[in-house]
Amino acid sequence: MPLKAASREIGGVTIIDLDGRITLGDGSALLRDLIRENLSKGHTKLVLNLAAISYLDSTGLGELVSGYRFVKSAGGELKLLNLNKKVSDLLQVTKLYTVFDIHNDETQAIASF
Amino acid sequence: MSLKPQRIEVILETVLDSIALAEEMSVRLAAAAGFSEDDQYRIGLAVHESVMNAYQYGNEQRREKKIHVVFELAHEKMVIRVADQGTGFRLEEVPDPRMDENVLGETGRGVLLMRAFMDEFDVLVGQGGGAEIIMAKRYRTH
Repeated sequence: MPLKAASREIGGVTIIDLDGRITLGDGSALLRDLIRENLSKGHTKLVLNLAAISYLDSTGLGELVSGYRFVKSAGGELKLLNLNKKVSDLLQVTKLYTVFDIHNDETQAIASF
Repeated sequence: MSLKPQRIEVILETVLDSIALAEEMSVRLAAAAGFSEDDQYRIGLAVHESVMNAYQYGNEQRREKKIHVVFELAHEKMVIRVADQGTGFRLEEVPDPRMDENVLGETGRGVLLMRAFMDEFDVLVGQGGGAEIIMAKRYRTH
């Protein structure tokens, strides 16, 4: 299923709800555009809600890292919310859980900025 | 594992759709071989990564080059070979993306995922000089 995304703002934090696959040519470019678009609007506190991500490959993982770096370089923060087992396993294997601030609760994720 | 040993060979074009196609085939074969849903996913992701590697780095997205995929349902394991028509690479030269200096890199995690999700993994020089990834998943006996 192609990646779908919807953004909402709560207390100055932008939450991007993602649904579908983040893979080469199928989602990774959309994710990159979304992050850059939010930064261009001055939204620098970003949370990616990954609860409905059904599939993530190494390109998708690279895109998450790229987004993290890009937001950080703009003075903002990119955090992850609601990792399902597949995504969590991938972040464990690749040690990316040491890079990202990861939350299981949306209220806590918002309060963490 | 009750199936007779089988071997399926597929020649894929170097196009983006070949990645999902090979992944889908591997998942169906893994299901037919009796692998659990978790293992079907792991096998599918490993095949996805191997064909993506051939598409991007081996064949450099040149459509005229082919990706040769072989699925073997052997007695004790499922073996998958993915060969490209590139110039090959040496496994020991692939940097570990988990190292502090590499963890923020955007690429280099495909080999790590294939290794983690399969029981056996190696990269050889294929007949045409390109890379040939060979990986296997053993059937669970319980």
